[in-house]
Amino acid sequence: MTKYLIHGATLANGVNSEIYISDGVIVEVASKVSHPESNSAQRIDLSGCLALPGLVDLHTHLREPGREDSETVASGARAAAKGGFTAVSAMANTFPVADTAGVVEQVFRLGQSSDMCDVFPIGAVTQGLAGKALAELGAMADSAARVRIFSDDGNCVFDPMVMRRALEYVKKFDGVIAQHAQDPSLTVDAQMNEGTVSSRLGLKGWPAVAEEAIIARDVLLADHVGSRVHICHVTTAGGVEIIRWAKARGIQVSAEVTPHHLLLTDEKANSFDPIFKVNPPLRQEKDVMALREGLADGTIDIVATDHAPHPAEDKECEWQAAAFGMIGLETALSVVQLTMVETSLLSWDEVAVRMSIAPARIGRYSDHGQPISTGSTANLTFINPRASWKVDRDLVASRSKNTPFHGMELPGKVVATFFRGEPTVLKGRLVRGGNGS
Amino acid sequence: MRHLLSTADLSYAQALNILDTAAQMAKVSEGSIKKLPTLRGRTIVNLFFEDSTRTRISFEAAAKRLSADVINFSAKGSSVSKGESLKDTAQTLQAMGADAVIIRHFASGAPQRLADSKWTSGSVINAGDGTHEHPTQALLDAFTIRKHLKNGIGDLAGLSIAIVGDILHSRVARSNVILLSLLGAQVVLVAPPTLLPLGVENWPAQVSYDLDSALPHVDAVMMLRVQQERMNDFFFPTSREYSHYFGLNFDRLSLLKNSAIIMHPGPMNRGLEITAACADSARSVIVEQVANGVSVRMAVLYLLLAGAPTEGGGSVA
Amino acid sequence: MSVALNATDISRALTRISHEILERYHGADSVVLMGIPTRGAFLSARIAATMSQIEKFEVSVGTLDITLHRDDLRMRPVRALIPTLAPKGGIEGRDVVLIDDVLFSGRTVRAAFDALGEIGRPRSVQLAVLVDRGHRQLPIRADYVGKNLPTALGETVRVQLSEIDGIDEVLVEPGGGLA
Repeated sequence: MTKYLIHGATLANGVNSEIYISDGVIVEVASKVSHPESNSAQRIDLSGCLALPGLVDLHTHLREPGREDSETVASGARAAAKGGFTAVSAMANTFPVADTAGVVEQVFRLGQSSDMCDVFPIGAVTQGLAGKALAELGAMADSAARVRIFSDDGNCVFDPMVMRRALEYVKKFDGVIAQHAQDPSLTVDAQMNEGTVSSRLGLKGWPAVAEEAIIARDVLLADHVGSRVHICHVTTAGGVEIIRWAKARGIQVSAEVTPHHLLLTDEKANSFDPIFKVNPPLRQEKDVMALREGLADGTIDIVATDHAPHPAEDKECEWQAAAFGMIGLETALSVVQLTMVETSLLSWDEVAVRMSIAPARIGRYSDHGQPISTGSTANLTFINPRASWKVDRDLVASRSKNTPFHGMELPGKVVATFFRGEPTVLKGRLVRGGNGS
Repeated sequence: MRHLLSTADLSYAQALNILDTAAQMAKVSEGSIKKLPTLRGRTIVNLFFEDSTRTRISFEAAAKRLSADVINFSAKGSSVSKGESLKDTAQTLQAMGADAVIIRHFASGAPQRLADSKWTSGSVINAGDGTHEHPTQALLDAFTIRKHLKNGIGDLAGLSIAIVGDILHSRVARSNVILLSLLGAQVVLVAPPTLLPLGVENWPAQVSYDLDSALPHVDAVMMLRVQQERMNDFFFPTSREYSHYFGLNFDRLSLLKNSAIIMHPGPMNRGLEITAACADSARSVIVEQVANGVSVRMAVLYLLLAGAPTEGGGSVA
Repeated sequence: MSVALNATDISRALTRISHEILERYHGADSVVLMGIPTRGAFLSARIAATMSQIEKFEVSVGTLDITLHRDDLRMRPVRALIPTLAPKGGIEGRDVVLIDDVLFSGRTVRAAFDALGEIGRPRSVQLAVLVDRGHRQLPIRADYVGKNLPTALGETVRVQLSEIDGIDEVLVEPGGGLA
């Protein structure tokens, strides 16, 4: 039985507290822990740190099975732990596609054996992500992986009838469809946000309306059939508007925003460096501001990374030939601190909601997003908000180096992560699972 | 200046210097001996990922008149769907000691990728990239306009120039809007709304959907090639309707000022954006544009390659 | 820094050269003066004016830009080109006198021969310079010299002319020298 007594840390509400963990569970949280067995616990000094419930990321691409050259479940889980996450959801666009109970169980077991965080597979909505026929959603829900989130991410579920049926069907097991909102016929060969920059660069534009039209359609469908819908990576001011309207109407919609869309704009494409090529694309300053505002007022429920690892050769090339996507697990919390906390848009309490409590609730991950109090599963993240660090792509735990933040000075360092009562990160370093076992 | 990637990289003085240098080069080209020893011993690679015989031979003629060694590397047909080969190709050229790489690529920004990378140390000259830019075409257009309408001296202040057609997909239009306005000309873009880029109102140019009302006010009209395949993407209903509203034909010729010149970067779609009568009329300077292309490219090669090597950019002016 | 020639010295030298050219060609009608920019062009204009005054005859004069024929382009930042202006009637079959300010290594003159070949084939070519400072690297010799000026290799000879420098003088300065 492993016991830890964490001292010196402050809770998000600002109260300095000791946290006593035993056997994977938080036993006592107090200014001075009094539990009789805490004397024999290993003491961990986390002075100056802020304690948050372990972070939950509903949107990652861990590439296994099929693209282990860019990431594996184990390497992705290490990157997650380093970024302060205790649970991540792995998207279905693997090879083979996670559209059967067999594949989701494989991913789930790989996550368990990584022992760095929980890896919850997301099931495909349609067979082969092709948008035509529903995948076996029920079988995936009933599998050992207990899938509750379904998404064709990377592809949009474009056919409105398919989307309607999927929304209806997952009600059977309290599931949710996570939509990648992108009208495919408005975005054929699209390379970046359509606007002044794309026009000047001669890169094919990706209009905001291609995203907004699908969001509008899907909230109306969800309303019509009384289902939950989750909008992946919202990027436009118009999209935020529509979701705000839908929530006001009582529609069961949730939405996520990525850290990179909270910080970067399409001006980055001026370099033609495809490290900034991402789907959905980086938008304009007004969109960034609307996303921050939407995340602050709760229109956007959560931050999700859309961590998308790619090997060097898929980025060391012409913009058009490059793959879409950027890694984000290890920089997410810092970017949120920079864009939301240091701008006074979110308190740390609210950060805990957006990055742990709300995503755990949407995914129905009951062991996560719990309050830091007696009886909760000991999934905890400790950060030093006063520290800053320089992002170095050569030091990432991810197997791929495609971070758009390379060389940037970011605030807030993850000092320790506890996953089910055991540290995965201490002093900012991974403490176990270095070999992925 | 180490590279020529975009006309936006040029200052007013640099642009004029290129035109003035090109004027000197044109004189050389008129002489009995067309070869100069200026770039003897320098290796220039024509790296073409996209077919363009006329641009390639124009650069080749320019390089050879300056006695450079020219290597033609046609990457078309080879496996470039995965971009790695741009890197591999560049490293190969570097190993062969290329002093300059003239690159034509179907991907916008490929020349800048090459210039920003450490894959090659030579100068990079953009010979047309995707729907981005084609700076030497704009320079030769400015040179041609100046020669006819400004006695070959100074800038283009006071002139009005219409660019007509598929602005959206035109690298020639992008480079020209930047350069011609830099040199003081007023640019009018004439196209159907479908073939104008989003945000064109932020460009240093006026916009018109009506060719007939634009023509009487311009000193030069530059017709752009319209790809037949645009029709399939609903940019315009039929080629007949396009020609009717945006083609330069005999009737429209009479709307032009007497001094106005007709230009086309080539290759032309005779009968679509321009009729043979216009292309071959006395006002057409289309054939001369080709000759001027060699002079302008000689000037660019001279200014980029003749002087002492610069680290991260010397100056042209 | 020392003044090797002042304004009077320069004027005298140019007048003498003008006379020598006329004497050599028995008049001015076959002669074309081709100045090498920048200062050689001003010198050729002055000599042409003097010759015309003596002979009451318009002497043909032009400029010859040699930049594109230089063999030392790589040693300095890129140079702007200057127009080559051949006189009316060209140089074909005529007696060309190249005019430059300083004769040093001889490389400029070599480049001038090539540049001349571009615009025609003269009957003969001669060379006039204001200053010959020695240190030749090529078998080239001036036919008309304003002043022979022995210098050290490391010194710089600077010719200043009123047309662009506001003063007529030739200075010898330490430092610089052959590139």
